[in-house]
Amino acid sequence: MKILVPVKRVVDKDIKVRVKSDGTGVDIANVKMSMNPFDEIAVEEAVRLKEKGAVTEVIAVSCGDAKCQETLRTAMAIGADRGILVESDAELQPLAIAKLLKALVDKEQPGLIFLGKQAIDSDDNQVGQMLAALTDLPQATFASKVEVADGKATVTREVDSGLETLSITLPAVVTADLRLNEPRYVTLPNIMKAKKKQLDTFKPEDLGVDVAPRLKTLKVSEPPKRGAGVKVADVAALFEKLKNEAKVI
Amino acid sequence: HDNASIKGATLNTVTAAVACGGDVHVLVAGHNAGAAAQAASKIAGVAKVIHADAPGLEHGLAENVAAQVLAIASNYSHILFPATASGKNVAPRVAAKLDVAQISDITKVIAVDTFERPIYAGNAIATVQSQDAVKIITVRTTGFDAAAATGGSAQVETAAATADAGKSSFVGSEIAKSDRPELTAAKIIVSGGRALGSKEKFDEVMTPLADKLGAALGASRAAVDAGYAPNDWQVGQTGKIVAPQLYVAAGISGAIQHLAGMKDSKVIVAINKDPEAPIFSVADYGLEADLFTAVPELVKAL
Repeated sequence: MKILVPVKRVVDKDIKVRVKSDGTGVDIANVKMSMNPFDEIAVEEAVRLKEKGAVTEVIAVSCGDAKCQETLRTAMAIGADRGILVESDAELQPLAIAKLLKALVDKEQPGLIFLGKQAIDSDDNQVGQMLAALTDLPQATFASKVEVADGKATVTREVDSGLETLSITLPAVVTADLRLNEPRYVTLPNIMKAKKKQLDTFKPEDLGVDVAPRLKTLKVSEPPKRGAGVKVADVAALFEKLKNEAKVI
Repeated sequence: HDNASIKGATLNTVTAAVACGGDVHVLVAGHNAGAAAQAASKIAGVAKVIHADAPGLEHGLAENVAAQVLAIASNYSHILFPATASGKNVAPRVAAKLDVAQISDITKVIAVDTFERPIYAGNAIATVQSQDAVKIITVRTTGFDAAAATGGSAQVETAAATADAGKSSFVGSEIAKSDRPELTAAKIIVSGGRALGSKEKFDEVMTPLADKLGAALGASRAAVDAGYAPNDWQVGQTGKIVAPQLYVAAGISGAIQHLAGMKDSKVIVAINKDPEAPIFSVADYGLEADLFTAVPELVKAL
């Protein structure tokens, strides 16, 4: 069984982005980029399944500009066997990405598609579910535990009230939540080896997908600023402020 | 809903739906969910409740619920879901089947086709306009007031349930038991971080404060990952988004991802030993102190 793992190149999770003063977007020029943290978890889980013998090949996919190659090399350094880049300089929204991935699913016929639950830049949390819909496959989102056996996956999901376990038939789409695993650090020898792994490039046209955005971003603005707070000297002062000034207790 | 009652998040979503204009219909898909449908019919602002009942809908499996929504989707210009775990699970599946984009986690309705939503962990607000005929939307519940749970008198209409897709099944669940207010709806939240050091200390220090204030308990990711608190207590970009009247952060440094989940709280109190902790930049009241002495003192003062 093959696993397809889509990965996204995003602004590093520890960077606080700045909104451009003309309101057209956030300033990501010269900002450190990394693999979306949830995607790292998905790659790690796919590689672990391969190490357990449940999977024969792990294919990493990324959609975006040429720099996404770096992200694919990182996935290959974690242990993905090969990479596919769908290269486009256009703004790719979740529906377009789901369609690109569907074309690749049709081509590669993976038994499992493993995504992160959301990308930390657009915070959409859509692509996995959309891909499952387009391919008519079952989905298990927000997975914190995955077991694969006998053509089925048993997935424990993080839901609002606790945990929930589903059984889904393969092929299926699973999206990774934070607590699924602790991604490994990539080692230098593996980074070197990853450079030699196969990386195929397609254009959206090659896959017959129209990637035109459906949502138009009219403007991007700063969130409202909070008024400056005060430091209080001790618990008594805090209590007094909460009771008499903020009147919340 | 949980088949017997309507979740609070639905009430906020109804308010967002009313803001989109037009009649608001609520679909209750479940099993033996008559009580939930009745409850939905009483929500102020709801014109009609559509009730679909079948065993395959009992646990809200995405495949079946999405099919049920699609069965009636052609009648609507806007389809809204609360941005809860179940709404986020189902909505994109519906959107893709209709070949439309989804607008996630909206915090404001500007016009029938224009919405505001936070991106980059809440560090930017995007105003987006949908070009699609049908708007599929998930609603950030803290962005909208709750509609009144009573006062409405909508008619309940039964809809034919769609067939079970048969590709997924519910195995079981571990629901965290809690007699505290629900985290996302609580007026006061007290939240603990890594500095608590252990589950025992978390319970010993934070629980009395929550009890005294009638508050819900929250936690940072560090505290959850370390096992001090269950994961459904996590507040942040990837956990729950909350906006209570009062949020007390004890021993939480205030990483970007945590702030994303609580910075819309009305009053934020930070108790932290480290004067440089980023949490102080959003706190209305900051107390630089050891939480192990400050929190019990605060409990005593209350």
